[in-house]
Amino acid sequence: MTADARSAFWRGFRDCSPFVLIVIPYSMLFGVVARDAGLAVYEVMSMSVLVIAGASQFTALALMQEHAPVVVVLLAALAVNLRMAMYSAALVPHVGGAPLRQRLLMAYLMVDQTFAVSVKTFEEEPKMPPVQKAAYYFGCVLAVCPLWYVCTFAGAVIGQAIPPQFSLDFAIPVSFIALFAPMLRSLPHVVAAGVSVLGAVLFAWLPYNLALVVAAALAMIAGAQTEYYLQRRVVRP
Amino acid sequence: MIERDIFWTVTVLLGIGTFLIRFSFLGLMGRRSLPPWALVHLRYVAVAVFPALITPLVLWPPATGGETDPARLLAAGAAFVIGVRFNVIGAIAAGMATLYAAQYLLG
Repeated sequence: MTADARSAFWRGFRDCSPFVLIVIPYSMLFGVVARDAGLAVYEVMSMSVLVIAGASQFTALALMQEHAPVVVVLLAALAVNLRMAMYSAALVPHVGGAPLRQRLLMAYLMVDQTFAVSVKTFEEEPKMPPVQKAAYYFGCVLAVCPLWYVCTFAGAVIGQAIPPQFSLDFAIPVSFIALFAPMLRSLPHVVAAGVSVLGAVLFAWLPYNLALVVAAALAMIAGAQTEYYLQRRVVRP
Repeated sequence: MIERDIFWTVTVLLGIGTFLIRFSFLGLMGRRSLPPWALVHLRYVAVAVFPALITPLVLWPPATGGETDPARLLAAGAAFVIGVRFNVIGAIAAGMATLYAAQYLLG
């Protein structure tokens, strides 16, 4: 790694590190819940290593406990992860030129926080060279992903989550608000976020968390259309 | 209890499926450049996904059995305001501090 790439790597690490506050309790909770469901420690760890996507793991676990058919479990859990296809597309303009081996690793380690933190920086600094963008992304990864394994393990072994009085359930939405609030820096971004909230409420009746995908697609269109509208107004005074 | 063979089938297939979702565009598009209209839409992925992701958790929190909770609404509002004006750590701290304070005051 060159000195510039190295400094981009550590910058990514620093920028993503606030999210350890959420990764720690969340991954511990998964360890605890999975052990309560009767899984052995190595089984809990296998799931966290193979899937590395908390929300879908909780979904799969709950449905397996209810003895839902395998197809239903898979569809529901995969639907929760569908949003990551959008992350994957959004990363193409920035790190799509990286070697295949790196892209395989980027894909495996793609989680909400690494995506959001890196794309925010890439959008703010479009001149950042691709090699540095890749390094920055892996810096973000280092801040949160190893902790995901370690704390799932800790939760599974200790078998004790952080007590519910601390309301850490709510640390998850709060941390996501902290992720997107600073991104609302232009009218199209604000419109997209508004449509996103509205869509989530209006389509809440859809099964398998599909409201998320529908709301997100509508919000992207709304953002893009607002951007086109503003451009037209500038061109035609 | 979860059946062992069901657990392993689900875990392996979910792992493969999740990886394929993540790899999809990054793997297939690679160096190819996307059309301008796609780039415009992709600029809004983050602000399109995250608000929809948290809206149900804020309005109908699982911890209260889905009942709307004023303390959590206040906390979300505080995190949002601080997030827009300051930074990530400030937003998380403000959100959780507001939640604890509101829970204490509202009983």
